[in-house]
Amino acid sequence: MAPKVEIVQRQFGHPEWEEPFVVNMGPQHPSTHGVLRLYLELDGESVVRCDPRIGYLHRGLEKLSENLTYTQAMVLTDRLDYISSAANNVGYCLAVEKLMGLEVPRRARLLRTIVCEMARISSHLLWLATHALDIGAMTVFLYCFRDREWLLDIYEKICGARLTVSYARVGGVRLDFTQEIVDELYRFTEEFPGRITDYETLIDINRIWLKRTKGIAVVPPEKALNMGLTGPSLRGSGIPYDVRKFKPYDAYDEVEFEVPVGKNGDTYDRYRVRMEELRQANRIIRQCLDKLPETEGEPVIAEGAPDLLMPEKKKVPEAAPHPKRGFLIKGAEVPVVPPGEVYVSIEAPKGELGYYIVSDGSGKPWRVRVRAPSFVHISAIPEMIKGHMVADIIAVIGTLDVVLGECDR
Amino acid sequence: MSEVVGKLKERFGGAVLAEEVSCGQQVVFIAREALPEVVHFLHEEMDFKHLADLCGVDYQGYKPKRPVSERFEVVYNLYSLSRRELLRLRVPVPEEDPWVPTVTPIFRVANWFERECYDLLGIRFEGHPDLRRLLMPEDWKGHPLRKDYPLEPEEEWPGYEKLREKARELSRFEWGGRRVRGGEHGA
Repeated sequence: MAPKVEIVQRQFGHPEWEEPFVVNMGPQHPSTHGVLRLYLELDGESVVRCDPRIGYLHRGLEKLSENLTYTQAMVLTDRLDYISSAANNVGYCLAVEKLMGLEVPRRARLLRTIVCEMARISSHLLWLATHALDIGAMTVFLYCFRDREWLLDIYEKICGARLTVSYARVGGVRLDFTQEIVDELYRFTEEFPGRITDYETLIDINRIWLKRTKGIAVVPPEKALNMGLTGPSLRGSGIPYDVRKFKPYDAYDEVEFEVPVGKNGDTYDRYRVRMEELRQANRIIRQCLDKLPETEGEPVIAEGAPDLLMPEKKKVPEAAPHPKRGFLIKGAEVPVVPPGEVYVSIEAPKGELGYYIVSDGSGKPWRVRVRAPSFVHISAIPEMIKGHMVADIIAVIGTLDVVLGECDR
Repeated sequence: MSEVVGKLKERFGGAVLAEEVSCGQQVVFIAREALPEVVHFLHEEMDFKHLADLCGVDYQGYKPKRPVSERFEVVYNLYSLSRRELLRLRVPVPEEDPWVPTVTPIFRVANWFERECYDLLGIRFEGHPDLRRLLMPEDWKGHPLRKDYPLEPEEEWPGYEKLREKARELSRFEWGGRRVRGGEHGA
């Protein structure tokens, strides 16, 4: 007779329960959107403790900026949130402009607003695509990428780059729009609202989608604010904090738009908020395009803006050549920024993106601090998935819309 | 002088070391001992519910004049949603004994901000529940955002050697699914 096997169900708090089952989710997990590693302690399938480990993409961006000129450091901001790089540039430029006391021409402000909202649309489309794919809806993914491709093509026409655009400049923007770009954007804004409706038809009342998102990771409003959530993640909980309304920058004070908020603060509400934001972004682009002819012929960069040309590289061999450095760059004319400090934040697609810059009156920033929304959102993951299942972690990471390039900096 | 600064001075007196306005933003210098009470007061009574940012700054070798002379500063950017007002607290921290009381019990978001500040600048946050390195590896030496930390260190991180050794060890196996005969675990 076979020996009798007794199965003890080991549970948290049960005397038989000795140690938790430890799982490392990531850094190569496809649904962690990069290199996020979650150190999970599980009890069966529910999460007992979660400890996010980040830093896999740490490039020392803040340290690097201290050793570059203001104009050179702007290129690094592209690499923060590489999905919406245009918005990052604008935030950085706003901070430096405030330090220098520069007034940006109206046309440049309108153009910046347009590229910021384009960044929002392309970021939200990527979010919708991957979030739906993680939860199990494949079709949305393909449609979203079709539209995002269109936007990236427009970016390419605007400045020649698709992802790391570096379009904004301290004091304005790099190039003016041509008529071709304006026409293409008009076509886009005409077409796009219908497409949002299409996506909503696919998943809005899809039974699987509802089961995976309704009531998952509910965050009450006070707690959301205390945990530092910003952007659509905060507005899903019902707090209408939007930097575009509270501290208007660029041309946001002359366009009309609404700030959508959720009610329950669950994953589904955050999804609804983002879908509504797509419509509002489209509306803002349209209004800015309508205003563009009023400013026809104006300069797109301020008078006193620092020189855009990169310093001429002089190849001077060092006495003892360093294996990594090789050549020195000398003879650079750099703008002098008056000493002071400033904190400027913008409403990036992911949330509040803040730049805190300290200047010591030389050509290089003394300290550049980036308040990255993804960093804060990842710190909120343990709180949000307490008591949920492993499968819900995927939904939580998706709903917070994190990008690890921005988190690790 | 804004209303908040007046109330802070009235309530905490000596803890308010200095105040200034930089680029139109109100800045208040606070002594570190009084920080938790000040932040608690601002959070509860002045409705600063949003801690927008917390970071450290190293002022070693900074030329322009500053109201305080300590090497480090921890900077708190607080925002009030109801009054739409930004207030910046700067807490000077001396070099010899770099510590600041934590504000994690008041703002949960401060948890990771403080961990990052400890990691990159070496400022300890007294009372923090879980003060570990965050962005750098656990066995990293030094604090990279300090001004005396070299941009390009001469020696490599010792962990790389370990990783390389491991890669060498694993390279004996063919990773297509079939193991090479004679490997440590093979045949």
